[in-house]
Amino acid sequence: MGQTINGVLRRHGLILAFLVFLGGVALNADAFLTPGNILDVLRQVSITGMMALGVTFVVLTGRLDLSVGSLLTLLTVIVVDQHNIAGPFPAIVMTLLVGVAVGAFNGLLVGFVGLNALIVTLAMLSFLQGLVLFYSGGSNVNVANAQETWFGVFGRGDFLGLPVPVILFLVGAVIAGLVLQFTTFGRRVYGVGGNETASIFSGIDARWTVFWTYVVSGFTTGVAAVIMGSRVMGAQNTIGQGYELTVLAGVILGGTSLLGGSGSIWRTVIGISMLGFIQNGLLLLGFPYYVQWLVTWAVIIIAVWIDLGAKRGRIFA
Amino acid sequence: MSLATESQTGSPLQSVLGWLLRNHIWVFLALTVVVFSLASPYFLTVNNIGNILTQGAFIGILAIGMTLVMIDGEIDLSVGAILALASALAIGLQDHMGVWPAVFLGLMSGAALGFVNGTLVALSGMHSFIVTLGGLIGIRGLVFVYSGENALMVQDFSYTEIPEIYIGPISLTAMLFLALALFFQWVLSSTRHGRETYAVGDNIEAAHDAGINVKRHKIINFTICGTLAAVCGILLSMRLGTAEPNAGKIWELWTIIAVVLGGTRLQGGFGSMWMTIGGVLTLAVLRNGLRLLNTPNYVELMVMGGVLVLALVLDKLLNHKGDT
Repeated sequence: MGQTINGVLRRHGLILAFLVFLGGVALNADAFLTPGNILDVLRQVSITGMMALGVTFVVLTGRLDLSVGSLLTLLTVIVVDQHNIAGPFPAIVMTLLVGVAVGAFNGLLVGFVGLNALIVTLAMLSFLQGLVLFYSGGSNVNVANAQETWFGVFGRGDFLGLPVPVILFLVGAVIAGLVLQFTTFGRRVYGVGGNETASIFSGIDARWTVFWTYVVSGFTTGVAAVIMGSRVMGAQNTIGQGYELTVLAGVILGGTSLLGGSGSIWRTVIGISMLGFIQNGLLLLGFPYYVQWLVTWAVIIIAVWIDLGAKRGRIFA
Repeated sequence: MSLATESQTGSPLQSVLGWLLRNHIWVFLALTVVVFSLASPYFLTVNNIGNILTQGAFIGILAIGMTLVMIDGEIDLSVGAILALASALAIGLQDHMGVWPAVFLGLMSGAALGFVNGTLVALSGMHSFIVTLGGLIGIRGLVFVYSGENALMVQDFSYTEIPEIYIGPISLTAMLFLALALFFQWVLSSTRHGRETYAVGDNIEAAHDAGINVKRHKIINFTICGTLAAVCGILLSMRLGTAEPNAGKIWELWTIIAVVLGGTRLQGGFGSMWMTIGGVLTLAVLRNGLRLLNTPNYVELMVMGGVLVLALVLDKLLNHKGDT
């Protein structure tokens, strides 16, 4: 009996707690579980969610990517600025390419040179923040012809009644999930994260695997920047500051292990959506904006602790 | 652990070279000092050196606690938020209870939050990165709940004169940093707690088997780290006369940069306060020197990123141990 409860908790504890939370808020705020509000929440989480998809790949190998917040700032500035110079399509291509290039550079330093991922991406965070200021000269950029351009479709558009950013996020999630489940690359990611030495002896080139996870992370941040730029139709120099931690919080909340090898895309989608619904729910209940941070603190600790406790069969270490 | 054994062998010259090899940050620091002295006439003046020490002392005091935690093989991301809470409490409470009780409560808030971090890490077995990432988000929330969205202003401005004590060019803040760093270097090299810190970081299983109370040990180090963050926050509130709810944001990252620049490793088991002082001073010299040269502030951010990667590469080449 204890085993069964343990098993249920282990597999679905997080979902159960989340459902209880949703129910609790819905009882006290009528607007909470309406289709319009749910779509609003999903629209809000689509940017962090998109970034979290790529970061999940990195975390699954047991590495970290703290540079995505600064990268989001840089790419949003680039996409908006280049939109005014070169037009929407070249701007988007350029943004994605820069994202991939930065990811590749991270991947080179972490995967091939073998430097510590936390420090490398921390250094990249600082470097990219400098690059943003260098590129923009410290001033904000805005899309000049916001009314005429089709660029707005990514952040503001609707398709079949669903917001386009939500569609992008969900399609991205499905693709990322399929890649992790059904491709050789996906299995290598889990292999390297689960036991790097064993994976190398099994003939996996861990260096390339790690390299590509950072490329994926750079790419998804590029897509997120396109959504961001399109939604805001402008970019400040600090627009993505702190996003790396929110993204990581979502990935961790979903139950993906920082040690690597365990976790999945759908867990990340759940984790990042939870953050969004917590924020939205608390606001609807009338709490001040920052109370969500206190709740997030508690939720992260409790969720990860329960997950860990269920895995080892006892609560305390 | 290798510090003690290696430095006892060979001639004095060899041991000096060995020390420099392990503490290569001091060589780098000397180089940057030489370069900036040649580049700017204002750099190598008594006043400016005093400035560098004071500017570096804030990150420095955070870095002392971070070094202890990192030698343990853990990390504390919540120091920036703890700093903000302590400074808000020290300023916000002094109207009700007087200056020193408010300062004391600010310190206690840091100690308490450090204790909470350490206890959560020890009891749950979660990685401290997760626990303190939660703390970073939540404690910042506490700051906003306490102080609202506005900066708290000190009413009695004699509060801002408390740290205005100088010995020559060296401010009280800088002296406090150096004294704390030396004290904790002594703790690391000459006390049981210090030896246990290296043991726990080096091999936690072996440390446990050797009879070290690993949980209590980690709680103590996280509490020290939280307390020092509060010390930093209170000094900052004295210097500014205000407590801003966003104070200390991403300072935890600068702190980690300073410690890692010094050569202390994230994997644990290796590091010292000498290295951390070197890292803190290098960071402070770089920031100060670049500003004296009138470089735009993006150069500072880019140089910092570059130097950090360079430090990692150097460490890997020189010590052949940075394999994570």
